[in-house]
Amino acid sequence: MAAPSTRRPGFSRRAQYGLFLGYVLAVAGVLFSVLLLLIAIVDPAGFNALKGAALDITRPISSGSRSVVTSIENVGTSIGDYFRAGSQNAELKRRLAESRRRLIQAKATELENKRLKALLGLTQETPDEVALAQIVGSSFDSPRRLGTLSVGASSGVRPGQPVRAAEGLIGRVLETGRWASRVLLISDGASNVPVRLVRDGTAAIATGRGDGTLELKTLEVGKNPFRRGDILTTSGVGGIFPPNIPVGVVVKIEGDRTVARPLADPSAIDHAVVLNIYQPLADAPLSPQSETSLKGAGQ
Amino acid sequence: MSRIAGSSRDVAILGMRRQAVPVLSTFAASLVDLLPIVVSWTIVPDFAFLVLIAWRLLRPEIWQAHMALPLGLFNDLIAGHPIGQSMAIWTMTFLILDLVDSRVGWRDYWMDWLFASLAILFNGLGAWYIARLMGSVTPLGLLAPQIALSIFAYPIVARLVIGLDRWRLSR
Repeated sequence: MAAPSTRRPGFSRRAQYGLFLGYVLAVAGVLFSVLLLLIAIVDPAGFNALKGAALDITRPISSGSRSVVTSIENVGTSIGDYFRAGSQNAELKRRLAESRRRLIQAKATELENKRLKALLGLTQETPDEVALAQIVGSSFDSPRRLGTLSVGASSGVRPGQPVRAAEGLIGRVLETGRWASRVLLISDGASNVPVRLVRDGTAAIATGRGDGTLELKTLEVGKNPFRRGDILTTSGVGGIFPPNIPVGVVVKIEGDRTVARPLADPSAIDHAVVLNIYQPLADAPLSPQSETSLKGAGQ
Repeated sequence: MSRIAGSSRDVAILGMRRQAVPVLSTFAASLVDLLPIVVSWTIVPDFAFLVLIAWRLLRPEIWQAHMALPLGLFNDLIAGHPIGQSMAIWTMTFLILDLVDSRVGWRDYWMDWLFASLAILFNGLGAWYIARLMGSVTPLGLLAPQIALSIFAYPIVARLVIGLDRWRLSR
């Protein structure tokens, strides 16, 4: 349609001032939003109360529709299986996944044993489960990879806690409401997980790439220590994630770049477990003394 | 209800419907984010933004630019974006479209689609850049499927909005 030939809304002073005030308000609003964004960048947990409340209010919608979608997905899967002559196939896949999990666990335990023999009684572990949850949603229209969990602060969930499924690591709690919380998935670009190669214990960092895969970075220079099909588990370094949770499998190697696929697919798993922070001190703020001494060192 | 409003109550209801339908339909599109879809790619279009620009391009007169602030805040809270992201991007889009309207005399279907595509690109890049500032460094190509799908979804969303607009103004 044609735009009016002049931007003036007529001869009414009131309407003209109204239009002008509207623009002033809009520009001020943009500046205010940018300020809010800056606060969010400096202190990501800053608006936890507000965002948690929004999570709580919307939880009934997402968790209510979850069961419907799950059954629809199941129907879809079953039809697919039929066409691939696959009830048998599905059963075999299930067994394979099960045995692969056991194999990973066994390998990890073996390595753990070796390590523990070396440093006897130096670990401080709190492998307790905090809550059992369902993944009821995700940020599917944003470049971030966030998931929504159906449990919140009322079940003891706190920001920073690791989340895993039977298949492997899912991510870390980012924000909590009373009955729902948001998880930073390991495939998000802001997620860094210290991992270890199960085969020989090489340490690496698994960083998300935003498209459902992980990129592996080692400290070693020169030779790429990874091979296709290598399994990675958490190493426990950093004190946030407990060790020996399966993380991913290496799928692609391009020179120095190594790409892995997470073993736990957030869209396929039914239940996730929220864990305690492995070594609670790792996530605690520094004491005032060390804070001041650090500042002193910086000057 | 008959075609002619019989009482002042009827007039009030019609007036409310006229004002509320655009706002409520944008809120409803924000609520799409609550569907339990879990995908590990950025591929699903941002429907709230599509509905918003469809209304803006179809009826430039119903909203002033600052109307995008409350709509954006609602979307940020529902979708879990950092607060201020949609508020800033949507309001800037409205301001830019106001400028465009003052320069371009006549918009037809293809022009609308072109401006909608540019707005979609702006929205995607803005979200990507804010994510980057927040520590999530991802390749820019990650956005391509979502932006392409959004551009092709726009005519469909615009159709829906035109239908709603007819109902909104009908008697």
